Amino acid sequence: MKKTRIGKEKKAGAPKVKSDKKTPSLEAPGPLIKSLRDLENHYCAGCGHGIAHRLVCEVIDEFDIREKVIAVAPVGCAVIAYEYWNFDVTEAPHGRTPAVATGIKRARPDNIVFTYQGDGDLAAIGTAEIIHAANRGENITVIFVNNGVYGMTGGQMAPTTLAGQKTSTSLAGRSLRRDGYPLKMLEMLAVLPGVKYLERVSVNSAQEILRAKRAIRKAFKTQIDKKGFSMVEVLSMCPTYWGMSPIQAAERIRTDVSTFYPIGVVKTY
Amino acid sequence: MCGNEACGEGAVLAGCKFYAGYPITPQNELTAYMSKRMGETGGVFIQAESELAAINMVLGAAVAGVRAMTSSSSPGISLKQEGISYLVGCELPAVIVNMQRGGPGLGNIAPSQSDYFQAVKGGGHGDYKMIVLAPSSAQELLECTHLAFGLADKYRNPVFILGDGLLGQMMEPVTLNVKPPETMPSKPWALTGCKGREPNVIRSLLLAEGALEEHNKKLQEKFSRMKESETRVESLNAKNSDIILVAYGSVARVAKLAMEKARAKGLKVGLIRPLTVWPFPDKVIYEAASTAKKILVVEMSAGQMVEDVMLAVKGRAEVNFYGRMGGGIPTEDEILARIEAMP
Repeated sequence: MKKTRIGKEKKAGAPKVKSDKKTPSLEAPGPLIKSLRDLENHYCAGCGHGIAHRLVCEVIDEFDIREKVIAVAPVGCAVIAYEYWNFDVTEAPHGRTPAVATGIKRARPDNIVFTYQGDGDLAAIGTAEIIHAANRGENITVIFVNNGVYGMTGGQMAPTTLAGQKTSTSLAGRSLRRDGYPLKMLEMLAVLPGVKYLERVSVNSAQEILRAKRAIRKAFKTQIDKKGFSMVEVLSMCPTYWGMSPIQAAERIRTDVSTFYPIGVVKTY
Repeated sequence: MCGNEACGEGAVLAGCKFYAGYPITPQNELTAYMSKRMGETGGVFIQAESELAAINMVLGAAVAGVRAMTSSSSPGISLKQEGISYLVGCELPAVIVNMQRGGPGLGNIAPSQSDYFQAVKGGGHGDYKMIVLAPSSAQELLECTHLAFGLADKYRNPVFILGDGLLGQMMEPVTLNVKPPETMPSKPWALTGCKGREPNVIRSLLLAEGALEEHNKKLQEKFSRMKESETRVESLNAKNSDIILVAYGSVARVAKLAMEKARAKGLKVGLIRPLTVWPFPDKVIYEAASTAKKILVVEMSAGQMVEDVMLAVKGRAEVNFYGRMGGGIPTEDEILARIEAMP
């Protein structure tokens, strides 16, 4: 498995990676990301999960809340996120992630609780849980990674798969007549009064990654300030099941995915 | 108070600080009671959007180290099975109450004992067991629920209360004879934020080769310890009787009346009432079967516990069965007639 750069830069003796000095500064943390373990990850080449993990961990470090964080990992490609995150983590049954987070946050309101969910977990099997957690105005943060397919199980069609997109269960492309329309979760949740902050971002370019980090920071700030439910949808690449190179996949987000799922703030306060 | 309320008060007195539930008859008095009492005692009450959400909110509260409970009735308990399996897999303590109603399907809202297999054999996926307490009065509901929280924490495993609609809704005098725990057990494994320690992870996913088998061995060892230490049973005239009745829950009370009537007629009849249907009191039943000629199992089902009785008896005595289904409740005269009709 290919080594990625996630969490690689630090520790005496670890191979030096060029990223520290040469990548654009993401403001705070410097080389050491306390919240992210110094490990190889299991994600495919060009997958956006690694970037999303790192952004969340950088924000947690910047707010200095690592020791207060309780994370809920999903079922999906990020199911073993607990291997990488250096704070308290549990994993939820598929889709029940916001219900588990609700239980944790209500039991420990002073902790910072976030869920990290994919599109199958959040927008298919866990639709009821996300809508009702949002509607109760649960003071939690949701990081919703949308790559438009079920990656872990072999690239099946997701509720967020675009019209015409080929997957292992929509071989001729998603048919709107047969399969219905791709779900826009943020726009659906925006009408709920308990929902305070919603933004859609992407991790397909350096510029978008910077924007994504700002959104994740704002989402955690929303929780820290006890304002209510916050969620960031991260449009992410799945080169493996899009049948593309990592560069083509990043480009597809710009040309196709973000034209259907527009980047930007959907709701704020 | 009614049985459902007694159950709720048992939870409150055990230091339950979190309840999530979904409306379903015949356990609604419990949800309403917890709504009131959680508010009064600084706990959390959530009316969940579904049974699935309710059990998973309880899972979340258990993850956070808080004593938590959910309750439902048969169709709702079916929906909770996924969460129960995860609770066991993650080694999380929680209390789950089933006030059983008639099935299958939507069935009806009359009392039943047809979820016995689901409760004691593992209704969800995976090899697992949990202590299943089977109270037979409002008083016992209070005591069993109180006990359940302690057992759940002791073994880091969910504990199940197997009641029925009759038990839940019947009004009876109850003595508040249980006390709040003086100290709560420490839970160093809980997720509280990793201040001053290494991060904790609570999960049931074990992908490394052999890891899940090791985890299962550890769980099975724990289930063995439960079986050794937590079997509870009441025996009445079980020694030196020709006929032994075996019944649990509300039906055991009817069976007791039948036993008394039979004894008044000069028949040597005893009663064994499992208070835990898992672990099952198979030794007590085996011993009774060594002297009794016949056994009669009475249930509000087509015959579920009777299978465990047959396994316990190991062929030493003849095992008969009398049951009513779909909300039918055996009467003492029906049971007496069955006793007298036994060859």
